[in-house]
Amino acid sequence: MHSALQALGVQAQHIEVVWRTMLWVCGVMYVLVIAFLIFAVSRHRRASDSVEPQNDSSQVRRMSIALGSWIGLMTIGLFGLALTSFLTDRALVHAADTPQVTLKITAHQWWWQVEYTDPDPSRRVRTANEIHLPAGAPVHLELASDDVIHSFWVPNLHGKRDMIPGRPAQFRLQPLRAGLYRGQCAEFCGLQHAHMALDVIVESPQDFAAWYERQLANPPAVTEARATRGHEVFMTSACNLCHAIAGTDASASVGPDLSHFAGRRTIAAGTLPNDPDNLRRWLENPQRVKPGNRMPVVTLERDDIDALVAYLGTLR
Amino acid sequence: MCFRCRTRSGATACGSGFGLTVLMVLLLAACHRENRKFEAPPGSDLAPTQVALNSLVAGQSSAQFREQQRHEYEDSAYHLSEGKRLFSYFNCTGCHAHGGGGSGPALMDDRWIYGGEIDQIYLTIVQGRPNGMPAFGGKIPSQQVWQLAAYVRSLGGYGPKAARPSRDDHLQIPAEQGKQDEPLRTAPAQTD
Amino acid sequence: MSVRDPSLDGEWLDEATTHARLEKTWSAAPGLWGWLTTLDHKRIGVRYIVTAFVFFALAGLLAFVMRLQLARAENHLVGPDLYNQLFTMHGSTMMFLFAVPIMEAIAVYLVPLMVGTRAIAFPRLLAFSYWIYLFGGMMLWIAFLLNVGPDAGWFAYTPLSGPQYSPGKRVDIWAQMITYTELSGIAVAICVIGTILKQRAPGMALNRMPLFVWAMLVMSFMVLFAMPSVMIASTFLIMDRLVGTHFYNPAEGGDSLLWQHLFWFFGHPEVYIIFIPALGMVSSIVATFARRPVFAYPLMVLALLATGLFAFGLWVHHMFATGLPRLGNSFYTAASMVISIPTGIQIFSWIATMWLGRPRFTTPLLFVVGFIVVFVVGGLTGVMLASVPLDLQLHDTYFVVGHFHYVLIGGAVFPLLGAVYYWFPKVTGRLLDERLGKLNFWLLFVGFNITFLPMHYLGLAGMPRRIYTYSAGLGWDGLNLLETGGAVLIALSMLLLAFNVVKSARGGAMAGANPWNADTLEWATPSPPPTFNFNHIPLATGSHPLWDAERLQVMRGLKLDERELVLTSVLDARPDLREPSVPPSIWPLLAAIAVGTMFLTSIFTPWAVVVGMVPIAITLTAWFWPKGRPEEEGER
Repeated sequence: MHSALQALGVQAQHIEVVWRTMLWVCGVMYVLVIAFLIFAVSRHRRASDSVEPQNDSSQVRRMSIALGSWIGLMTIGLFGLALTSFLTDRALVHAADTPQVTLKITAHQWWWQVEYTDPDPSRRVRTANEIHLPAGAPVHLELASDDVIHSFWVPNLHGKRDMIPGRPAQFRLQPLRAGLYRGQCAEFCGLQHAHMALDVIVESPQDFAAWYERQLANPPAVTEARATRGHEVFMTSACNLCHAIAGTDASASVGPDLSHFAGRRTIAAGTLPNDPDNLRRWLENPQRVKPGNRMPVVTLERDDIDALVAYLGTLR
Repeated sequence: MCFRCRTRSGATACGSGFGLTVLMVLLLAACHRENRKFEAPPGSDLAPTQVALNSLVAGQSSAQFREQQRHEYEDSAYHLSEGKRLFSYFNCTGCHAHGGGGSGPALMDDRWIYGGEIDQIYLTIVQGRPNGMPAFGGKIPSQQVWQLAAYVRSLGGYGPKAARPSRDDHLQIPAEQGKQDEPLRTAPAQTD
Repeated sequence: MSVRDPSLDGEWLDEATTHARLEKTWSAAPGLWGWLTTLDHKRIGVRYIVTAFVFFALAGLLAFVMRLQLARAENHLVGPDLYNQLFTMHGSTMMFLFAVPIMEAIAVYLVPLMVGTRAIAFPRLLAFSYWIYLFGGMMLWIAFLLNVGPDAGWFAYTPLSGPQYSPGKRVDIWAQMITYTELSGIAVAICVIGTILKQRAPGMALNRMPLFVWAMLVMSFMVLFAMPSVMIASTFLIMDRLVGTHFYNPAEGGDSLLWQHLFWFFGHPEVYIIFIPALGMVSSIVATFARRPVFAYPLMVLALLATGLFAFGLWVHHMFATGLPRLGNSFYTAASMVISIPTGIQIFSWIATMWLGRPRFTTPLLFVVGFIVVFVVGGLTGVMLASVPLDLQLHDTYFVVGHFHYVLIGGAVFPLLGAVYYWFPKVTGRLLDERLGKLNFWLLFVGFNITFLPMHYLGLAGMPRRIYTYSAGLGWDGLNLLETGGAVLIALSMLLLAFNVVKSARGGAMAGANPWNADTLEWATPSPPPTFNFNHIPLATGSHPLWDAERLQVMRGLKLDERELVLTSVLDARPDLREPSVPPSIWPLLAAIAVGTMFLTSIFTPWAVVVGMVPIAITLTAWFWPKGRPEEEGER
């Protein structure tokens, strides 16, 4: 489940310690305040219209001592919380010191451009809206933005980091367990901020390596008739003006890379699950699904849309 | 609720204030509201089929269509801003720079080789033109072409100033690297 | 000058004659002209309060629509464009057009009464500030009705709010609205500071000032230091958008984070500007209804001062996720935690006052108890958010939405409503219905907690802020629906309040001068107070003038046939000067029209600034034209 309370990454677990400490300490403080309030209001004395004569000095003295103790208690409590926070912060800095995988994520309005970096350019993987990570291994991410401020946040793994244009950020993650996680942009970035999610698939190192090799390879050649027609539609209509598919002539970088689109779990940055019906809905009118997003309505024949759906389904 | 008004100047001031407010709010209904459409209204997909070099066309009333499209796209800050974005996205800057021209003609002046009305620019983009202007028909959807055409017109100084997009958040081109002669910004050749 | 001079207020004239002559001198003209030219701080204060509550209702309506949209996953009630305008308008209206103005409005109405003077300092500036505030609010809302309302959030981060990503006039209107409201806020702050420092009743030394007045003094100084920051920020933004400067353009040497620093340097003190006056209201209410002065007065004053001061050192906690140096961040963690200590002292002190006193649970005190229960939750979640690592999870989620509604509604609205029930009799002369009041309180308390408590869980469960919808299957649906249900209760409680006010204004029980038997000077004059506040300027012989002595001592010798005040010294309030107070004037309104027009048209062309200076110069010249005074020419 997409939640900070299910900490399945090293960093998120550190943060959860802070949360639990805070919850207990603040909870106790709150109970003390409310208890004091309840006692104060339920001391049954006649409410009176006349002004209360000055309380005797021992009462006032006791109350002053109580106030002094309260100040002391608050100070100690806050100091403890600040210390917990500070130590956790240091732990986060030192976590994931030797990354095994490096990614560069560039946020756009309203999708995520992902590139796995590698000193060898032929081993760089380009994808969009979905990242795969090996379980247990530290990961280094370079976070950047192409337009406005976005924020990278996968609550199960770590806190968030703002992606500010002109200020690329270095970020570390270390997922502990295989599973399906979800991230979502956490800084208001315009019309479709609500539909800018990210699928994070953490898998065993072997599965990750296999996935990586599949991503490096070109998508399989198209043989089936409808898919061939779909490829033709892709190249002759508006699609290749914005999208790239490895192994074809389509190499535009304005929109998400679609090379291995069929392997992704969702369409349009987590907006719809990736299945043929949803894909058809999306292609017919992306503005109805995600109003204001950058993909325009392209008027196509029904058959052509079906062909495109078939073609995109072959891009594994 | 206006106890002060009651005791001092009577209900007059309060009543007239309230009445004025209601009148003003009703008058707002007559105002033109900004409209941001994310998909083209049905029917505007239609393109003019011929280049009109003057406004005298037998039979067909294209002037009305042109006015309608101009009003729809040129008066909208949203569409102009989208046009500006697409101008970079589809690499119009590759030949036309940011309006000053390069291997392609300047778009900021008032010299239009193939006509400077919005529907004429639309056709130029869709059909392509000799000497290097590619044909984007069938590639760029219709609404986006209208947005681009409206933006190109705004580069030339046409259309309402208040709707024109402002600067981009990127490196501005230093003056030394600009064109030698200043692009003309004279009054438009056609009446607006 | 004869000792028995009938042109001065003194024992030789009976009270009725004194009252009549003062009334004649101080009242404004009848009818519309009087309404436009009046400088009576009470009339202007009521105007401010009514206008602010209208904005409160409008912003609340928007919130209700937002809650309807969020009640179900993938709801289609409101699209993204309208939703973005809704939450921007909700935040901007609540923060700029309601929260600060209402607190200043209550200060405007009550401070001169509470310090025992006839009028507020700089009354024309006050009138000007109201019109500017009204014009700014109207501009924003008319723009919203024309679908040109701002849509980049009340905080308008660049580059989203910059020239490239927010096309059209929407953000320009927002940025200019800031200019109006901040100018208005600074003007009121100056009036309040002038009144508190120089016009207190003789004998009201600083250490005898009511805590309410201390709170308003601290708030006003905070306004003076905080508002310029946001005015600079919004001016830079408008210049970037309209004139082509590069303050926030990273490619040309600017920085998006500059916006955030400038905005939050204002934005954090802003919430304390809203909160501190509420603390003053709570002190007044607790003292009156516990029948006892607030416990530990010196510590309370120091707590107010400390809160006001520390508030300026916290702003980076809004920016923990931006990647600023970690050691620096830790400083702001510590500062953000430390500020809870003075507030904690105050909470203890009020509860101690109730413990030591004999509390009578009328509606105002009920709201104070509600304030403690609700606000302390918000304060503690604030301590949680102060921690950098935890904030990295919670920042920009519904946890923060829950937190700030707990501190703003709990910490400002609850005391505000208590203040409404407490001072309504003074303003109108009639008491609000107690039973309706208690129902009002409970509906709000229950509805509020149903709406905002689940938000803390939703934030931890991954729900970010400012999203117009969310996917089904994330587990957020049920709680969102519950929250919308709570919003219905809140709306009902507000309707009940409005009904109570309207009903009681006409037919409520008559209140008399001091229905609560309270201790501060505003209760020493009839309800509603006459234009000139007091027949005779009272003397503050102790901290609780109406409790300390059998009869209130007064000072005599001010003129009856001219508007005159006493100025006293800053620390000890020793009488110093007799100062004339200006008569009603139309020039503040005309100057506000000139300034407001210049602000509005400058969105469309920079030339408006140049051209607009002419009417402004004319109106200001007429405003400040010196008026000869009789005694300067004569023999006295």
